[in-house]
Amino acid sequence: MARTLITVPSTAKRGEVIELRTLIAHPMETGFRPGADGLLLPRNLITRFSCRYNGELVFSADLHAAMAANPYIAFFTTATESGTLSFSWEGDHGFAQTETVSLSVT
Amino acid sequence: MSNALHRRELLQLGLAAGGLLLVRPARATSFEMQSAIADYASGAPVKKGRVTFDIPPLVENGNGVPITVSVDSPMTAAEHVTGIAVFNERNPQRDVVRFTLGPRAGRAVVSTRIRLATSQQLVAVARLSDGTFWSQGVDVLVTLAACLE
Repeated sequence: MARTLITVPSTAKRGEVIELRTLIAHPMETGFRPGADGLLLPRNLITRFSCRYNGELVFSADLHAAMAANPYIAFFTTATESGTLSFSWEGDHGFAQTETVSLSVT
Repeated sequence: MSNALHRRELLQLGLAAGGLLLVRPARATSFEMQSAIADYASGAPVKKGRVTFDIPPLVENGNGVPITVSVDSPMTAAEHVTGIAVFNERNPQRDVVRFTLGPRAGRAVVSTRIRLATSQQLVAVARLSDGTFWSQGVDVLVTLAACLE
């Protein structure tokens, strides 16, 4: 399991626009870079990120090799109801990870 | 006599070359990047404006360049941004990242960190719910390049 860092406010007012910041530890190896032996290092990327709010997809991203290592993505969403935000990353070699954060809306 | 002429010609040449370097015309977007953008817009015209592409103009380390793309949009169900994509000119691949947004985003602003292999032009393209595409391009200077992306 890769380490993740997710910053979400714990409470929000209904209708408030909140910022969600996510970061995951991942090398994002491009497949264009030679290793110590001169051969190209195999590609190892996270290719997809998605955020679901109580199961509904609110944000997603297709990542390519030009994303920096340890991909950081910050975006906004409108707080509509209390519930969970789930963040998923998918990538090469079957990489898949999901983290959930609860949010209470007043 | 012929020597003096020579010197004059050389000087003029030098001045002309210097002038060329100084007044280099705005570089046209490379063909490959343009076709990548046209592919994203599926042929629709991409207009300039409404998009603000925030990136440091002078990048000291190409391995992690912070970028923020914001789009001028009310983000209502009737009128919102459905996608934001970033393209580059001189990395091995033209695509950087493609975000998909919806009316629930509330604010059409995304931030991330990217890699830049060399000094180049970058373009952010926004897709709106009414089917129009808007873009902004920026030129960046990179002093330390990312290791081949």
